[in-house]
Amino acid sequence: MAKLTRRSFLKKSAAAGAALAGFPAIAAQAEEINVLSPDRMGVLVDTTVCIGCRSCEWACKTAHDIPTSAIETYEDRSVFEKMRRPDETSLTVVNRYENPDKKQLPYSVKVQCMHCDHPACVSACIVGALSKQENGAVIWDTEKCIGCRYCMIACPFQIPSFEYHKPLYPSIRKCDFCFERRKTGKLPACVGICPVEALTYGPREELARIARDRVKRYPERYVNHVYGEYEVGGTDWLYLAGVDFAALQFPKLGRNQAPGVSESIQHGIFAYFVPPASLYALLGVLMWISKNRPDDEEED
Amino acid sequence: MVHFMKPAPMQKKFLTPGVIALLVLAANGLVFLAGRFLFGIGGVANLNNQYPWGIWIAIDVAGGVALAAGGFVTAALGHVMNREQYHAVVRPALLTAMLGYTFVAIGVAIDIGRYYYIWHPLIMWNGSSALFEVGICVTIYVNVLYIEFLPVVVERFLGRVDLPGFLSRFNMLAERLLGMLDRGLSKTMFVFIISGIVLSTLHQSSLGTLMVIAGPKMHPLWQTPVLPLLFLLSAVSVGFPMVIVESMLAARSFGLKPEMEVLSKLGRLTAPLLGIYLAFKIGDMFIRETFVYLGVFNTVSVMFMAEVLIGIVLPLRMFLSRSVLKSPPLLFIASLLVVLGVLLNRVNNFIIAYTPPYSLVTYVPSVGEISVTVGFICILMLLYRAAVIFFPVISLPDKSLFPREKYSIRG
Repeated sequence: MAKLTRRSFLKKSAAAGAALAGFPAIAAQAEEINVLSPDRMGVLVDTTVCIGCRSCEWACKTAHDIPTSAIETYEDRSVFEKMRRPDETSLTVVNRYENPDKKQLPYSVKVQCMHCDHPACVSACIVGALSKQENGAVIWDTEKCIGCRYCMIACPFQIPSFEYHKPLYPSIRKCDFCFERRKTGKLPACVGICPVEALTYGPREELARIARDRVKRYPERYVNHVYGEYEVGGTDWLYLAGVDFAALQFPKLGRNQAPGVSESIQHGIFAYFVPPASLYALLGVLMWISKNRPDDEEED
Repeated sequence: MVHFMKPAPMQKKFLTPGVIALLVLAANGLVFLAGRFLFGIGGVANLNNQYPWGIWIAIDVAGGVALAAGGFVTAALGHVMNREQYHAVVRPALLTAMLGYTFVAIGVAIDIGRYYYIWHPLIMWNGSSALFEVGICVTIYVNVLYIEFLPVVVERFLGRVDLPGFLSRFNMLAERLLGMLDRGLSKTMFVFIISGIVLSTLHQSSLGTLMVIAGPKMHPLWQTPVLPLLFLLSAVSVGFPMVIVESMLAARSFGLKPEMEVLSKLGRLTAPLLGIYLAFKIGDMFIRETFVYLGVFNTVSVMFMAEVLIGIVLPLRMFLSRSVLKSPPLLFIASLLVVLGVLLNRVNNFIIAYTPPYSLVTYVPSVGEISVTVGFICILMLLYRAAVIFFPVISLPDKSLFPREKYSIRG
């Protein structure tokens, strides 16, 4: 999946200049399907900075035409009593976790699609309705989707949600990294509204470097782990935290790409149709032999 | 005596008290099914964002595909190995496979959110998706099964075409077409029979690949890279037991004597197949050292042990015993255990083993989901009954009914 084509290489050189000059998004926006572009964008989420104001939840709904109450109602802290998950009515949610060192300063963690570099959902989708875009976004195509929900089975972060109560045209809903919005040069809605700059938008590889740098410079503030840098082969959303990520309910995942051995098995069984064709030939020969065998039937 | 068996339509009436009970359950299922189309999947099923797949996938689809494996296993034995004495069971197994796969397709159609897009995989391909492979293979295989059943239809009507009313002028034409079909089919049937076996091995194993991508969301007792192999081996080993079960049920229902001569031979063939499956299952457990999870007493360990001990070990022991092979009730019980064991395995793989990282609500199938599944099984049995009454599927001793014997390859 992660092919470095000549075109994307040329774009890389162009984009590197653009990125340095402060126009990160422009060059990366030409659409290509399932190409892992070296200048794909990402977001660095610093959970030690997030104040849990939930503005991002409101901005996300507004940007995606999901009905929402007024932004003032988002000051309600009681929602933090229970862990929430993104669903078909809110593509991102913020959860709150206790800070073992400073009780009055809890950790807030924004949750949304991680936009994997090697997404399990893209590998799994029966009709290829999910795709990894050049600008980093993993997006869903309503024209193709049949609603089988295999992406939900596949996703290691349990992100895609489904509109179970729609009899016609139920959709898979998940964060699309503001794919359409970013085309017009705007920031992702959540990044744009964040009042404390807990979210940093930029080229993914650069964000990873920044994240490592922060960990190095403030070892007392961060645990030495950039979540998403290597998990399931890398994600475009990266996280920094002050406690072990397990305490913030991040799933513990290995470095192997999210589709795992599934694709190797799949391609192994087929391998240019050699195994099925051989089996066909073998059965044909067996059938021919047994047909021409004298009628001595009984096997034992 | 087996060699003088010949398939014939059952001369029985359709309605019996048992059939009426099936009709009631079928109607009940259809009512809930209507709810699914009016209010969406969530209106009937207890599925949610944590548990996207439930019993409609685990039982109707995965279980259905596994239990319809009798079709390709008997085809391999009867046609490829050309064991004449097994031909009596090829047609019933073929009919089960044909109806079973039809309901697998219907099961998929009602479980996907956009049932009207079910044709999409035919033109929108994703070669890396295990589900895509399953979908394509099952689609082709359903058609192959219908073609394999065509000779039975031709045999039913050839020389007996009698269209009603003004259509009767086409009798000659229909007869000619049937004749052409008859000659064409008997020459080309081997192509379809072999295709059917290849397609079956492909999608039976790919059905196992399905859950591999769920990775750590699936309990280690079941999550293994050899899942495709385990699925294939279990499908192969459940083929004959399923034929035995349905053959005995049909015999009882139509007041015939069970074909013990053939069935106990099938039982004897089952033992080694079941043994291979068990060996791989246990071997996989020891290589990945997952037996540590069996030390704890919980749902997962109990379900795994039930699947292995009651579904594989016990029936394997029974199939190895001569007295079991000779006794109809014991042979039936042993076969039924294998069938239930494989069904339990599919439920375990798709539901019990599936543990999402963030589980807000656990999944318990709703009354509606169970009703639809039960309803489908009932409709399938009703169609099977109707088909064997109308078409020459079940073999009877030769002296009865009609003397046609045309096909070098029957079934």
